[in-house]
Amino acid sequence: MADLKRLGLHDLHLALGGKMVPFAGYDMPVQYPLGVLKEHLHTRTAAGLFDVSHMGQVIVAPKDGRIETAALALERLIPVDVLGLAPGRQRYGFFTDAAGGILDDLMVTNRGDHLYVVVNAACKEADLAHMQAGLPDCDVGMVGGRALLALQGPEAAAVLSRLIPDTGDFAFMDHGIRPWQGVDLWISRSGYTGEDGYEISVPDLAARAFAERLLADPAVQPIGLGARDSLRLEAGLCLYGHDIDTTTSPVEGALTWAMQKARRTGGARAGGFPGADRILRELAEGAARSRVGLRPEGRAPMREGTLLYAAPEGGDPVGRITSGGFGPSLDAPIAMGYLPSPLCVRGTTVYGDVRGKRLPATVTALPFRPATYKR
Amino acid sequence: MKYTQEHEWLRVEGDLVVVGITAYAAEQLGDVVFVELPEIETQVAQGDEVVVIESVKAASDILAPVEGEIVEVNAKLSDTPGLVNEDPLGDGWMFKMKVDDLAALDEFMDEDEYNDMIA
Repeated sequence: MADLKRLGLHDLHLALGGKMVPFAGYDMPVQYPLGVLKEHLHTRTAAGLFDVSHMGQVIVAPKDGRIETAALALERLIPVDVLGLAPGRQRYGFFTDAAGGILDDLMVTNRGDHLYVVVNAACKEADLAHMQAGLPDCDVGMVGGRALLALQGPEAAAVLSRLIPDTGDFAFMDHGIRPWQGVDLWISRSGYTGEDGYEISVPDLAARAFAERLLADPAVQPIGLGARDSLRLEAGLCLYGHDIDTTTSPVEGALTWAMQKARRTGGARAGGFPGADRILRELAEGAARSRVGLRPEGRAPMREGTLLYAAPEGGDPVGRITSGGFGPSLDAPIAMGYLPSPLCVRGTTVYGDVRGKRLPATVTALPFRPATYKR
Repeated sequence: MKYTQEHEWLRVEGDLVVVGITAYAAEQLGDVVFVELPEIETQVAQGDEVVVIESVKAASDILAPVEGEIVEVNAKLSDTPGLVNEDPLGDGWMFKMKVDDLAALDEFMDEDEYNDMIA
């Protein structure tokens, strides 16, 4: 494990009793003394603080100084309406490849004269190279020296407002830069839990003080990767490399909502992104399979890799679970996976092979738990 | 009480052996959300997977510590798997085995030896 990179807040995680595990090349806290279950429930009822500094923060600056140049450039790599993104607004998206698969998913923000893009840790070097090669009309650089924290949960707005008063006025997916003790915080009202909350980029030199200030609030507990995974699963959110990857198209991944009209057939800037032929065709005609939610009957979780069958006996597998576990807020097992489209109908029963036994699971709408974003 | 390398505890009750997991193991597993128990009257060999414990994040197997017959399981764990975390040495017990030769337990660690192992 000598190669594991350390987060800027490594010492804080140790001081908080974090149990550290390798994740995407980093030594990361999987849980704190509270434990995954209570950390999950605490985030749903109060507020949780997550260190997601392993993720890549990237600045895309147009060489001609015009934000439209950067927006149109990025649209060459993602099937998302970036030009229509207003200043101070953020949007979900994904890089596609020539075959219509997904290279990574991301968040993109219009910051007036440049774009701010946040990508997954495991893909960040490849994403950076992909953007530098694909956006010759922009300067593309990884942001160094900044931590990324997420404050999530129903108390998040009250907690952050005590430090930075007007952040309570942010709407979901608003982004702004606010001073705090002499440094600039880059604040988005967004997250990966299905809860209201914020993602906050903070310079390393102020990161520990800022994190400790948030943790001093009695509503806030530190939350590890374990609960981050169960929270996002309940929220029906994809984990790259599991629920989506280069073998899944955005339509198969049930991410059509993230591809705005402007980029679809008949739109102002239809196509023009890698894999457009396939993706536009699937948008029009549907895909042969789709990502769905699954509720296993009983209490036995169906984990990632569980094969799915159409019948309780016989036949070949028709699909596979890509994320599965236990939803603490639902007090029940939940999963996501891919099924042929005819089976992707709510209420359909399929069967997951759990240790040699086929157990029933019901196709369910996503998210499992309604999001509580501040629209 | 005897302890195995796999962090099970074994307690003799008459001619039966009660099996559970240690507090150390329960803490390592984290919050248990599901326990799959064996059927009673099952004959098992040493090392057979007899119980599956699922925490929020992962599944783990519990192995039969010795050869014998499963004669009782802790049905309470089906509805309240959290007992494994709350009281691993008591209400969180897993199953009882009928063992032909209780001397087979001699090979396992006593409490001091187990504590040395996890230290």
